[in-house]
Amino acid sequence: MLSTFADSTAAAKAMNDALAKTFTPPTVDWASILPVTLVVCTGILGLIIEMLRPKRNNNAIVLTTLVGLFAAGVSVVAQFGAADLESFGTMVLRDRFGSAIQLILILVTGLTVMFSEGYLRAKRIAYGEFYPLLLWSASGAMIMATTKNLLMLFLGLEVLSIALYVLAGMSRGEQKSEESALKYFLLGSFASAFLLYGIAMLYGATGTLHLDGIASAWNPGDESSRNLMLFGLVLLLFGLGFKAAFVPFHQWTPDVYQGAPTNVTAFMAAGSKIGAVAALWRVLDASVTNQTLFASQLQDFWMPILFWVAILTMTVGNLVALVQKDVKRILGYSSIAHAGYILVAILAHARNPEAIGFGTVVYYLLAYSLMTVGALAVVSMTATGGKEGTRLEDLHGLWKRQPFAVVCLIVFMASLIGVPPTAGFMGKLMVFNDALNSGLMELAIVLAVNSVISVFYYVGIAKAAFVDDEGALRRESAPMNSGLAGTCALCAAGVFLCVLLYNPLTVWLVGR
Amino acid sequence: MTGNNLADYLTLGLIMFSIGAVGVIVRRNPIVIFMCIELMLNAVNLTFLAFARFTPTTAALADRAESFMSGQMMVVFVMAVAAAEVAVGLGIIMAIYRLRNEIDIDEMNLLKG
Repeated sequence: MLSTFADSTAAAKAMNDALAKTFTPPTVDWASILPVTLVVCTGILGLIIEMLRPKRNNNAIVLTTLVGLFAAGVSVVAQFGAADLESFGTMVLRDRFGSAIQLILILVTGLTVMFSEGYLRAKRIAYGEFYPLLLWSASGAMIMATTKNLLMLFLGLEVLSIALYVLAGMSRGEQKSEESALKYFLLGSFASAFLLYGIAMLYGATGTLHLDGIASAWNPGDESSRNLMLFGLVLLLFGLGFKAAFVPFHQWTPDVYQGAPTNVTAFMAAGSKIGAVAALWRVLDASVTNQTLFASQLQDFWMPILFWVAILTMTVGNLVALVQKDVKRILGYSSIAHAGYILVAILAHARNPEAIGFGTVVYYLLAYSLMTVGALAVVSMTATGGKEGTRLEDLHGLWKRQPFAVVCLIVFMASLIGVPPTAGFMGKLMVFNDALNSGLMELAIVLAVNSVISVFYYVGIAKAAFVDDEGALRRESAPMNSGLAGTCALCAAGVFLCVLLYNPLTVWLVGR
Repeated sequence: MTGNNLADYLTLGLIMFSIGAVGVIVRRNPIVIFMCIELMLNAVNLTFLAFARFTPTTAALADRAESFMSGQMMVVFVMAVAAAEVAVGLGIIMAIYRLRNEIDIDEMNLLKG
């Protein structure tokens, strides 16, 4: 490959001249970035309100945030019928997959915001900056879902992550929170350095940052540039696998989920996973749909690796969750297991791109987000008087104090296990079907076995709420507030609605 | 140019990246770890610039100009992101120091199980 590179100042000068002559302003379609713009601007507006508001009263910020998110949601839905479009050069891509992911992200952010205020007050960390940071973090994930350009993908990932580092350490007086922030920060930036190095290798081998361009450079490339591309892809997937918490890059997940404030954990578990999965989808999708040769070589090279990553992610997540004593840790390991299920759906698509579309991934992400955010909203009720206990014992007697929350908790646990008729069941069924239809029989079996293993720890969480020991009477929990009740009710209703409206919903999300 | 070729720059980048990666794993002070991560990012920047400077001659001139620019642009954005990371990272380390008066990574063992 090195021989195809030449260096001369004359060549560089000719290039500059060519650039000056050929430069035309890129086509700009403002509507395609309207959702992200709205979310970011709402965050800025929230900061201004934070300066002007009466002391320690976040109501105006919460209201602005929810209104802004609603507007962003409407602008996404308005684009659902529109044709696929790449604007701003090749930086922004608007298509059905990206819009569906953006919609789920907005939903997740809204649900998190709804129960945050009560929780932050109970924990005595009701800082107004929380809402803008959450919005910006969400905007990063939204950017990741709507681009095929690696520069934008990297920027989206960093916007998502940097805001999350701050959010994880928001509870400044608590050592656990700071420790989780530091771990997340160091490991996260370590992983993104690898991701960047991978992007550099792909760029070096192909001369472009666009995923389609990279994939189509495979055929004309020689042996050394192909090796460089594979090396780059390995590093790129390492970075994204870290964000999505695939085994063996999952070590940070339980620690960070446990230490971060519970509402941040809810957003992290849903939002940052959605962003990472969407980016991973873009990378693998571009490489399997663009070039048949690349696709077949990718099968040979990638399938065995990702196959084992999926098996390990499902199994390790579930087995380690069995021995955990902390609810947030259990849900952390459970999120690793669910990342494994989603990876199975992605692999099924990579194996058989014509027959299997993105419907399963999007549906599963929606179902997973609803049940995880809901479960963590219920767990956030253990915070009161500036303290928070998230061990299983801290849920004891919750049934007496908060019957409504416990009913919702049972719904979420049933859905996480995959009991019909819940969204979790439909999601797993779709993944199972896809795996069978694309010849990934082994993965389908591992998935089914893992679902059985997961019954034990999910039931353990639900059972803890009914234990009636002497400690249960002394324990307190945060009073029910309308926001928390709203999140629980919406998530629980959503878990059933996803099944009731299965056909119209999947048709609408996928667009065919 | 003094006659260095692409391989020299890539090797230097790889060495810097490896030093950074090893440093992250073996060092115990978060500030030093963070400096190692910065070193890795700078290695990436060097790699990007080298690749941008030595663009393939097989491509059409306009394509070469575009790929030349996208590599350089990437570096600017990486530097901006690294600066943002510094601000947040040092903030987190400060917050920890205030809480416990030391910042050794080995003492961070509240979260486990």
